[in-house]
Amino acid sequence: MSNISFNKFYRKFNILSLILIVVSLVFLIFKGLNYGVDFKGGTLIELRTTDKTNNISLIRDSFNQMNLGDVSVKKFGNETDFIVKFEKQNSNDPEFIKNIQNKLSSSIGDVDFRRVENVGPKVSSELLKSGIIAISLSLAAMLLYIWIRFEWQFSLGAILAIFHDVIITLGIFSIFSLEINLSIVAAVLTIVGYSMNDTVVIFDRVRENLRKYSDIKIFDLTNISINETLSRTIITSVTTLLALFSIYLFGGEILKGFSLAMILGVIFGTYSSIYIANPILVALNVSQRTIVKEEKD
Amino acid sequence: MLYFSKLRIISVIVFTIIFSYFAFSNFVKFDDKFFSKNINLGLDLQGGSYLLLEIDNRPVITQKLQAKIIELKRYFKEKKITLKNFSLKGDTILFETTDNEIENVKNILNDKESDVNTYYPTYKSHEFDVLEDGNLFSLNYSRYGLVLLKNSSLDQAIEIVRRRVDEVGTNEPNILKRGNDRILVELPGLDDPNRIKSLLGKTANLTFQFISQNNEESFGTEKLSFEDGSRDAIVSKRIILSGDNLVDAKPTMNSQTNETVVSFSLDRVGAKKFGKATSTGVGKQLAIVLDGKIISAPSVREPIIGGSGQISGDFTFQSATDLALLLRSGALPAPLNIIEERTVGPDLGQDSIDAGILSLFIGFLLVILFMIYKYRAFGLIANLALVSNLFLLIGILTLFEATLTLPGIAGIILTVGMAVDANVLIFERIKEETKNEKNPIIAFDAGYTKSRTTILDANITTLIAAFILFFMGSGPVKGFSVTLGVGILTTLFSVYFIARLLTSLYVVKNKDKEQLL
Repeated sequence: MSNISFNKFYRKFNILSLILIVVSLVFLIFKGLNYGVDFKGGTLIELRTTDKTNNISLIRDSFNQMNLGDVSVKKFGNETDFIVKFEKQNSNDPEFIKNIQNKLSSSIGDVDFRRVENVGPKVSSELLKSGIIAISLSLAAMLLYIWIRFEWQFSLGAILAIFHDVIITLGIFSIFSLEINLSIVAAVLTIVGYSMNDTVVIFDRVRENLRKYSDIKIFDLTNISINETLSRTIITSVTTLLALFSIYLFGGEILKGFSLAMILGVIFGTYSSIYIANPILVALNVSQRTIVKEEKD
Repeated sequence: MLYFSKLRIISVIVFTIIFSYFAFSNFVKFDDKFFSKNINLGLDLQGGSYLLLEIDNRPVITQKLQAKIIELKRYFKEKKITLKNFSLKGDTILFETTDNEIENVKNILNDKESDVNTYYPTYKSHEFDVLEDGNLFSLNYSRYGLVLLKNSSLDQAIEIVRRRVDEVGTNEPNILKRGNDRILVELPGLDDPNRIKSLLGKTANLTFQFISQNNEESFGTEKLSFEDGSRDAIVSKRIILSGDNLVDAKPTMNSQTNETVVSFSLDRVGAKKFGKATSTGVGKQLAIVLDGKIISAPSVREPIIGGSGQISGDFTFQSATDLALLLRSGALPAPLNIIEERTVGPDLGQDSIDAGILSLFIGFLLVILFMIYKYRAFGLIANLALVSNLFLLIGILTLFEATLTLPGIAGIILTVGMAVDANVLIFERIKEETKNEKNPIIAFDAGYTKSRTTILDANITTLIAAFILFFMGSGPVKGFSVTLGVGILTTLFSVYFIARLLTSLYVVKNKDKEQLL
């Protein structure tokens, strides 16, 4: 078993986390998130050109001439693949996409529309709402579950750890203007589950050790528990990250954002189980009496 | 605890084999339907279109309210009760009555047996909410009246949508109600949704109306423009014939003009009406109006009494075919708007499948190698559990014909990564137990027992997240929640039955060896 003094660095890493959270919040509030068409409405077209000489600015120019509102063009994997997003979404004109394709073909040669997503403003605001509800609901459900299973000090620690992970992951998405779409919501929910999972494993051990050692203070007890579960924490993070990196590198462009969010979530989830959840137990002065009292009730 | 009864061993094996079989049935073909099930591929993997249509009920409501006014007038006239000053203000019908009739009118409208304001006992509500202020009455659709109206117009619309989609002939379309004003249309394998989109975007309200010579028609007139936008014409509001009377329509070639036209035939009532109108209207121009636009306005040369006719108007063969299809399938009760569209081309779908399988394979391989490196023999056991876990997962998804999406594949890969967690928890615990306990059998047993609550806690939290995703998510994301959720169940099975069985066999056999784990 390892014997690392994690608890010596509680304070330093708490300050680091605090800084990360503040920075993330500042970015989330002032810069906001880069919502994709799912949540903002508009049109997304993934296209493949036959002519290799086509570049981003050429395609952007052609789209700009069509009066479609704000247009963004990005390379998407291959040399010949591009993602085009624009504000306009025309539900009353069934020929809308067809007309764009015709105009585009005449200006830059044959193009294949590999994917088209067209989301109206009503639907996008509903999707955003249900995404926020889903995340809030899962946080509430986790809180409820851990509240039933553990003492309140533990639930508070676990929930703060999850908030930490979700805020920083979203903060990174905001800083780097990465796109938030439906699959990112799925990723965030999975992060919530994973982070909880990780915290629960350590907390289970903390509680067990509280029963086992009657004379060790919580500050050292958390450290013992972290060390006892450390190899599991590392192995599971590694296998999960192996799977996620495999998706990130080989799973295609569409899954890149999803797997990146998950990778960030797993890293911060593992870190927060150690450096957020446990210091909170220390700060709340959890002791042998905490669980004895609970068991008497 | 390391002891397994024969029955248990056999049932674990049988269970695993059955589901593994279904996992394999994706790749082989049998004649029997039950034995050759396939995972449904989501639209993002097989290519196709997802369209969400919203019905615009405003015109229907206005129409119904206008009809209600006529009905009320007629009804109260028969009862010899004077109502006056009928008007329609927004969605409210207003009328006045004389002072001594107020109670009478109120009773008629609020009677549970009322003929003009239907009462729905199941909802404990009338069709209309009635308010009165002195002798001024106002009628509004009640909440349930509106729900029923929307439902019935949605039912009609969904029927028409189904007919139109079926006529185009795509394979296995999926047409579903969403709430009380939306229709979801899934068209797997459809490469180009443009035709279906333009077919669904048309209400296809066909009417025949005379072009008026003077502006003094008794029914009033309206100004309509021609479909090509070239000019306008003043048309009588009197509808001679509507699309409801059509029994068939098909594209044909007019042998005289060499033009593509749409030939139609009428039912008996329609033929009679049409014959009568055309005999009195020889020499007049008859406008053929589709969704408020004039397609063409030929002159009536002679009475048309056979109950069939032709619509001409600069058609290509394709547009004539589509118009005939629209006329055959009937008019939508209200216009439909496409509020969400997601289309994936078939080659992108195939690319996604390839990438998904490649990343699954690589992720799987990496995890397997890592586990062998970490745990040697027990790593092998964990890996066997992992392989059967994967078979079970795919087998269950196949058996229940779940829909596999690209995020769903990601869910499988993630399951592979997270599934070893339970075994790792157990193995690490066993390692700790072996330090104090010399008897390996007791140590292993303790390892399993002591890690159980932790494993349950850890998996339940992920299961909660999967459940919420399933109920809140849509489309591809839902596919992710399904694989994630089912993956947790198969993980627990493979850990507690398969891996544990193998572990106990191994430990019992090698109990005298030092340092088992």
